Parts: sequence; structure tokens; C-alpha cells
Amino acid sequence: MKYVDEYRDGKLARQIAAAIRAEAKPDRIYRFMEFCGGHTHAIARYGLEDLLPANVRMIHGPGCPVCVLPVGRMDDAIKLARRPEVTLCTYADLMRVPSSDGMSLLKAKAEGADIRMVYSTLDALRIAREEPGRKVVFFAIGFETTTPPTAMAILNAQAEGLKNFFVFCNHVLTPAAISALVGDPKAAASVPLDGFVGPAHVSTVIGTKPYAEFAEDYGKAVVIAGFEPLDVMQSILMLVRQINEGRAEIENEYIRAVTPEGNVKAQDIVAKVFELRDSFEWRGLGAVPFSALQLREEYAAFDAEKVFDIHTVPAKDNPACECGAILRGEKKPVDCKLFGTLCTPDMPMGSCMVSSEGSCAAHWTYGRFRDAQNTKQETRKAS
Amino acid sequence: MNAPRLRTRKIDVKNGRVDLTHGSGGRAMAQLIGDIFREAFDNDLLAQGNDQAQFDMPAGRLAMTTDGYVVSPLFFPGGDIGSLSIHGTINDLAMAGARPLHLSASFILEEGFPLADLQRIADSMGAAARAAGVKIVTGDTKVVERGKADGVFISTAGIGIVPEGLNLSGDNARPGDAILVSGSIGDHGVAIMSSRENLQFETEIRSDSAALDGLVGNMVAACGDSLRLMRDPTRGGLAATLNEIAHQSGVGIRIEEDALPIRKEVAAACELLGLDPLYVANEGKLVAFVAAEAAEKLLSVMRAHELGRDAAIIGHVVKDEHHFVQMATSFGGDRIVDWLSGEQLPRIC
Repeated sequence: MKYVDEYRDGKLARQIAAAIRAEAKPDRIYRFMEFCGGHTHAIARYGLEDLLPANVRMIHGPGCPVCVLPVGRMDDAIKLARRPEVTLCTYADLMRVPSSDGMSLLKAKAEGADIRMVYSTLDALRIAREEPGRKVVFFAIGFETTTPPTAMAILNAQAEGLKNFFVFCNHVLTPAAISALVGDPKAAASVPLDGFVGPAHVSTVIGTKPYAEFAEDYGKAVVIAGFEPLDVMQSILMLVRQINEGRAEIENEYIRAVTPEGNVKAQDIVAKVFELRDSFEWRGLGAVPFSALQLREEYAAFDAEKVFDIHTVPAKDNPACECGAILRGEKKPVDCKLFGTLCTPDMPMGSCMVSSEGSCAAHWTYGRFRDAQNTKQETRKAS
Repeated sequence: MNAPRLRTRKIDVKNGRVDLTHGSGGRAMAQLIGDIFREAFDNDLLAQGNDQAQFDMPAGRLAMTTDGYVVSPLFFPGGDIGSLSIHGTINDLAMAGARPLHLSASFILEEGFPLADLQRIADSMGAAARAAGVKIVTGDTKVVERGKADGVFISTAGIGIVPEGLNLSGDNARPGDAILVSGSIGDHGVAIMSSRENLQFETEIRSDSAALDGLVGNMVAACGDSLRLMRDPTRGGLAATLNEIAHQSGVGIRIEEDALPIRKEVAAACELLGLDPLYVANEGKLVAFVAAEAAEKLLSVMRAHELGRDAAIIGHVVKDEHHFVQMATSFGGDRIVDWLSGEQLPRIC
């Protein structure tokens, strides 16, 4: 497959792995966080951990939009979907996310709620057009990558005069979340990070500039990287070199798609339709100021929160669930008592197990054989 | 499907639709069965016209299976619900090494379903059965009100004869056994997805829907003594099948990503849709576990058959108390190939 296979070349990967091994200083530990779930998924799916030396450690960050969506917003979505006049359009990832009372969109659908899985906002617009008697709500979620299509859908609906299309907006912002991780002294102390593998698709929209503060103000190395496994390997090598050379800069590995300015047209559309929320709750991070978007007043007619009078009630996670600590990089999936016992991809308790990009789901699905190997080695050592 | 033949005007297949009288047991039902099904399936046992088919069985062990078909859309590149309902049941018999003999077919029809489509489906079933040398010997038709089904649902059951001395079973895999797949994986699922109206995606991929009894016959004849088991990786794809076997046999499995036959078009479609070909359904492929020393011989026998041209040895069985299916990725690392969780796309067969 052209333009894909080139970035999955095992031979090249082994060369980069050899360079990382050669250049990583044996007397220190390198701790890098890959922010995005897409990177977490690539690391697990292609077995990249097998290629890295033991002192280069990847810490999985909170960059999975499904994982950071607070439970209260799932409760809202289910309540919306149960309204007889509403058709809720959602990406499939959200179907199995548990709500505070153990419901999910999948279960609500089985009970009769009109919930449709869509691949894009265009599908939701089409449904609104074809079924004028239904109030079609698009469950909008995601980082900066999926925000422009939502903004475009609202503009299209306005231009067409569609009166039955609404957006339940849960779009969140990447730089704000990274700030919460590096700017909070408590978080920074519990998870000392040397650098970040920066977002791929998000950066195609916002460019590399918004990350400058993490290098300049917080002294973190940042390398923007694509989602293919070679991209990730190359970015890790670039991070190791920055640390070794005492640099803290924004570097761009993903030059085939990302520019410093990003996609200005997309940014303009987003700015036209959305404005910053004062604060938004992130699962695992708590309330993060200016970290999410809401529809501007002039688009209130499309805003499901206003039209359906939604007031989110914060809901508590299962007390044993470690999603929060895992999303902050403080704990690994295996540190959670629920992991692999009560919480599996088939019966997810926490959000990190639901989306394939969640660190628990990625580790369970692709990497849990390593836990078995580690246990064996420890048993051998003990005896 | 046992109503007497009536001397009346033929039903209007071209413009007619299924209505509730077609399931009522009256003349309309008899006519539907006579004009559409009996003609399409035409054979001596069905022609007996009884509530059951009666026939003598050759000596030996019997294999029996049943399966329901609810695929959407009903017609897709490379097949339709009719041929699929024959191939799927034949393949379930063939995976025991059995020679398929007779099938039954049961239809749930939705009021309003076009008779022309029903005719097309019945013809497709008849052709698929004849091509595989099996007979549809008995059947049933029910009609439900509009909105209570989706066009047509088909259920088929089948019986076959297992050759003497052959004992293929999911608990037979042993460490060291070689694992072969008969051809490219994921074709059926991607063909279905690309023909769904909400996935507007043009591709050349056709379903691999096919009856595998001929290929299996050659495999059993050449390597029957060394064969451990066979299975057709339908829903849940190759990943589900390998996990089933690992658990049933109490073993681990190691496969090589580089060895998996995957068509470029399927790989590209999966890439775009965020799917993994390992989890995408097949309807004309089989996985065979065989003693390591017979692997090369079996591979050449499979490749000599039209439906096994792209066969490959994809891995082997290992000892593993966790019963993991692991894959050496093309990239150089290892990963688990887990069961599918949730549903990639519903109503694929």
C-alpha cells in the first residue's frame, strides 16, 4: 500500500532502534509521554516497546477523546437519546462507554432509543435532511482534528436552513491539557517528564506554534510525530538527541503534513462557530480552564445544550477505577485492580478500556503477554 | 415446501410482492413454493412433496449443522444471501472433512418483499447447491408483517458423511503443528461494507463466498492422517478462529504478519475504515492445522485447487498456559491478536 508501507518498514525500524540504543545514555532514564491515543495505539499494535531499550520509557498520555470525556457528559447523551423526538448520531467509539448508572448508548439503543452510528458529520446532516420530523443531534467529540468538520456541519446546516440539526459539543483542546500536565507542580512531581511526542493530526490543524510554551516555559522537548510506527520511532530518537544535547525545542517529524501555522482555513471556520469555555471537566485531569469549546451565541439554535436545556451533573467514577491516574501517566494499566478482571474491552468499567486508543484497551488487546512474561521472570528471580 | 402442485396461472414474479397470504398455508403459499422454490431447487427428494424428505444414508458417521443468514445488503459484489446460505452451511460440514449431502432451507419473508428478488435469491441457492452436488430436500416459508423483518432471512441446515477414520476437532491442535490459511483474508467483510449505502466507498473487492467441500476433499485425500482440524474464519475473522482453537486445544499460537495473504485493496479499505483485516469476515476461506511434517505437502495440494491458489503457512502452535495468539509484526515487535470485542459491523452474513 503506497504511502503507508513506507512508514511501516521493519528494516528501517530496526536501524532507528539501533540508533536509539546507541545514543541513549545507559546511566539515565528517559521518560517521554506520547500525548495522543493514536500514538499509544501504534506503540501497542506494532510492538514498539520490544524495540526500545529498557531506559527509554513511554508514558501514555490523556490524548484519547473518548477516555477523557467525563461520565456526566455520557449521562447527558443518554438522556438526550432517550427523548422520543431525538435521533442521536454518534461515532461508534462512544457506544459502549459506561454512564454513571451502568447504562451505555448501546444499551439505550437496545431499549428503543434512536441512536445511529455515523462515520462523519455528513451522515448526521443527511439524516437530518431526510427525516425532517426528527430532531437530529450530533454527539460531537474530539480534539482539534474533528472540530473543523463539526463547525462546517453547523455552517452547512445554517446555509441550508435545516431547523432539526443540533450539536452536543464536547470538543476539547490539546495544548490546555498538556499545560495541565506540566504546569501543575503536583502532577509534574509525580510524573517527571523529559519530553512529549506531540500530536499528529491535531497539529495538521493547529500547527506547531501552540506548543512553543512547553519548550520555552517548561523546558520540555517536544517532537510532533505522525501516527505510523516509523514516525513514532524517529520522534523518540529525536527526543533522545534533544535531551542528550540539553535542548528543549519544538521539532517537527511530521513535515509531510504539519506546518508551523497549520490549516488556517480550518482554524478560521472553528473560530467563527466556536468560542472557549471558561472551564471543562476532563476525566483524570479534573476541571481544566479554557480547555474546551462551545457554540457561539449566534449559533445557539444549533446548540443541543441550550435547545434541550442540558445541565451536566458531575458523576463519580468507580472508586477502584484508576483511569484518572493512568490518564495522568502516574500509573500503568496493570497497576489497576480492575484491569483484566472486572474491566476488559468486553465489559469496560473505565473509559481507558473502551476506546481502542485508550491505554488500558491497547495494553490488554496487544501487549498483555508481556505481563505474563514479567511475572514468570519475577517468579524465577524469587526462587 | 411440501404443498401439492396446483394447476393455476403462474404468479407474477416480475411485478408481484410477498403478501401475508403467501404464508397462510393456502393456495397462494402453495403457488409461491411451487413456482419459485420447487423450480429453483428442482430435485427428486423435494419433489416427493411431503412434510419431510425421506432417503437412505450411506454408512458412516454423520455431520450435521445449521446456520441463519441475515446479511445486509441482500445482494453484494461476489454473491447474495442465497448463495451465502448454501456456501456457509456446506462449509460448516466440510470443516469436519464431511462430504455434504442434503440441506434444508427455511425462509422468513417480510410482507412487501419483491417476488423478483425472491426468485433471484432462490435461483442463486439452486445454482450454488447444484455446483456443490448437494440437494435442498425440504424447507419452510413464513411471512411476517412489514417492518417485522428486513426483506428475507434464511436459515439452512445440512447433513454430510464423514470419511471413515477422520476425526477433525477444535481440540486436536498440538504444539508444533503448522497453521495454513487457504487464501486472502477479509474479502467478504470489505465487499459487504463497500456495498452498504452509508459507506460510500468504491472498490473492486468481491466477496469470497464459495463452497469449500471440493478443496477439503483434496486436502483430506492427500493429508487426512496428518490433519488436526479445519475451521472457516467467518464472523470475527481469522483472529476469532485462532483464539477459539487456542482455548479449545489449550495451546498458544504464533503467527507471522508477513505471511498473511491480504489483498492490497482490502488492506487499503481497512486502513481507511479503521478496521483490522484479521477481524474481518470471510465466507470462502479455511484455516487448517496440520502436523508440521505434512505442512508443505498440504500447502501444495491446496495451491493446486482453484480456491486455495493463495494458500499460505501463517504460523504454528506453541505451548502456552495463557492460550495467547501472538503475532510477530512486520515491523519487528510482538503483539497479541485478541478476540474481537464488540462488533466491527453488524449483519455481515
